[in-house]
Amino acid sequence: MAALLEVNGLKKYFKSGSGMLHAVDDISFTLEAGKTLGVVGESGCGKTTLGRTILHLTDPTDGEIVFEGKDISNPTKNELKAMREEMQIIFQDPYSSLNPRMSVSTAIMEPLVLQGKLSKAEIRDEVKTLMDTVGIAKRFENAYPHELDGGRRQRIGIARALALKPKFIVCDEPVSALDVSIQAQIINLMLDLQEERGLAYMFVTHDLSVVKYISNDIMVMYLGQMVEKAPADELFTNTLHPYTKALLSAIPVPSIRNKKERIIMQGEITSPINPKPGCRFMARCPYAAEDCAAPQVLEEHSANHFVACCKYKTIKN
Amino acid sequence: MLKKSKRKERKSSGVWRRLAKNKVAVVSLGILIVVFLIAVFAPLLAPYSYEMADLKHGLEGSSSAHLLGTDRLGRDVLSRLLYGSRQSLQMGIFSVTGAAVVGIIIGAVAGYYGGFVDNLMMRILDLFQGIPMFLLTIVFAAVLGPSLRNAIIAIGIGMIPSYARLMRASLLTVREQEFIEAAKSINASSPRIIIRHIIPNAISPVLVSFTMGMGGAVLSGAALSFIGLGVQAPIPEWGAMISDARSFMRAQPQLALYPGICVMVTVLAFNLLGDGLRDALDPRLKN
Repeated sequence: MAALLEVNGLKKYFKSGSGMLHAVDDISFTLEAGKTLGVVGESGCGKTTLGRTILHLTDPTDGEIVFEGKDISNPTKNELKAMREEMQIIFQDPYSSLNPRMSVSTAIMEPLVLQGKLSKAEIRDEVKTLMDTVGIAKRFENAYPHELDGGRRQRIGIARALALKPKFIVCDEPVSALDVSIQAQIINLMLDLQEERGLAYMFVTHDLSVVKYISNDIMVMYLGQMVEKAPADELFTNTLHPYTKALLSAIPVPSIRNKKERIIMQGEITSPINPKPGCRFMARCPYAAEDCAAPQVLEEHSANHFVACCKYKTIKN
Repeated sequence: MLKKSKRKERKSSGVWRRLAKNKVAVVSLGILIVVFLIAVFAPLLAPYSYEMADLKHGLEGSSSAHLLGTDRLGRDVLSRLLYGSRQSLQMGIFSVTGAAVVGIIIGAVAGYYGGFVDNLMMRILDLFQGIPMFLLTIVFAAVLGPSLRNAIIAIGIGMIPSYARLMRASLLTVREQEFIEAAKSINASSPRIIIRHIIPNAISPVLVSFTMGMGGAVLSGAALSFIGLGVQAPIPEWGAMISDARSFMRAQPQLALYPGICVMVTVLAFNLLGDGLRDALDPRLKN
């Protein structure tokens, strides 16, 4: 099956006072229709920027984005417009991602109005259907965002993303601002929608238990680079990169008998501004050696399991 | 089309409804409407001409002929007060409107483009704000020469920096919010983002300041006229009337008191209306 989305060597650098900030550095992956790619990493590792760059909310510095076989790395205005009907985003913070002066129905209507393909009556019907789909009661139609709780607000965000019937949605930590019981509702809603509509998700999060539950593949990012990528189960059972190991050891286990050994990382995160060519995790890695100062190559350890660490073979689990 | 206008009506009626609940604001609005009507219909309401002197009956107290008495030239105080509202309101409304329009444009440009343009504009405004506002107004009024039009310009110039700053600050806060990016992601054009998303969320502080600024401008206008840099005799103006009455403060204190009360009530009404408007415009207080 041909990939829905193919990203090759995507880079996004920001100019900062003291040099170039490598927010996204040479990321490549493919995503098939109806599948979910989980992107995990700590705050500031560039996972959000990756999602925004793919959608051209910021322009990539370098690299190639291919969607349905079409190169959209440098889209024209019309291409961009068409592209955004296929690719949407659900934002992290449902409190700031909704215009406080737009009522629920106006907010959901907006993408359809801007698309300009449907008549007023059709739009009204479509808004009703969308509200129904994402589970917002009709009585909230004229409510304003501040009158709703976080879960309902995020449902509006989802309805807006769905309105244009996209094939691919970037989910930028869509549940991290919600409390746990609502997180589950929203994730289940998203999974249902995926099944119904064959959506592909790129699910950006720092919550590993969530990502395991919903992803087909998981990509682990560290300071803008992909350090490991594998099918979800494989990543959890056969962890290769020392950073992934440390990250996974931080998942809380709800048991007092089987205490897991935590890998506590020492040292500061390396600055993403003008990074050295070697492994960026080196400064905090317990297995760091001389070879690590050389650029790391992404190796395919087993089918579809990639790792960028020169020492992974010598590290025991 | 019908649906759209209906929705707009409902939305604005929300602001009105909340404003209507605020009694102080409603009374203030009422006062301002009365003052405005007086200014418009002054020639019909005033019992005498504002400049008709009657030296034989100067400095008289209230009587049936002159309800609020006469000034040193025997002119009817009530008529002069009624006519005076014209000058005060003009100075209030025109100076602030001009200042707000110029200020909003400067602030919006600075906030939207950022970088060098922003820096340059803000440093120039810094220069202006380094000088106390009223001193600046006096300088401009003195340089341009005393007249109603020049007083309006002088007061307006002094107020531009605060509007520009307010608009810029407000714009910067809104521009960074995620819903702007959300609008971009569904193909909203820049003009649409500015009109539908940025301005509605950035304008309320400016609108409130606009209303309150009118009170300040009325006061500044009265002060300018008081020191002789504003409206010139024989045209009546509240500040000039207070200035005129200074010499008779002991014998005829009401001569200063009446225009003083007029200024105070008008300024207070503008400020309280602005206060009420601020509460009404905040959607978070909507109930």
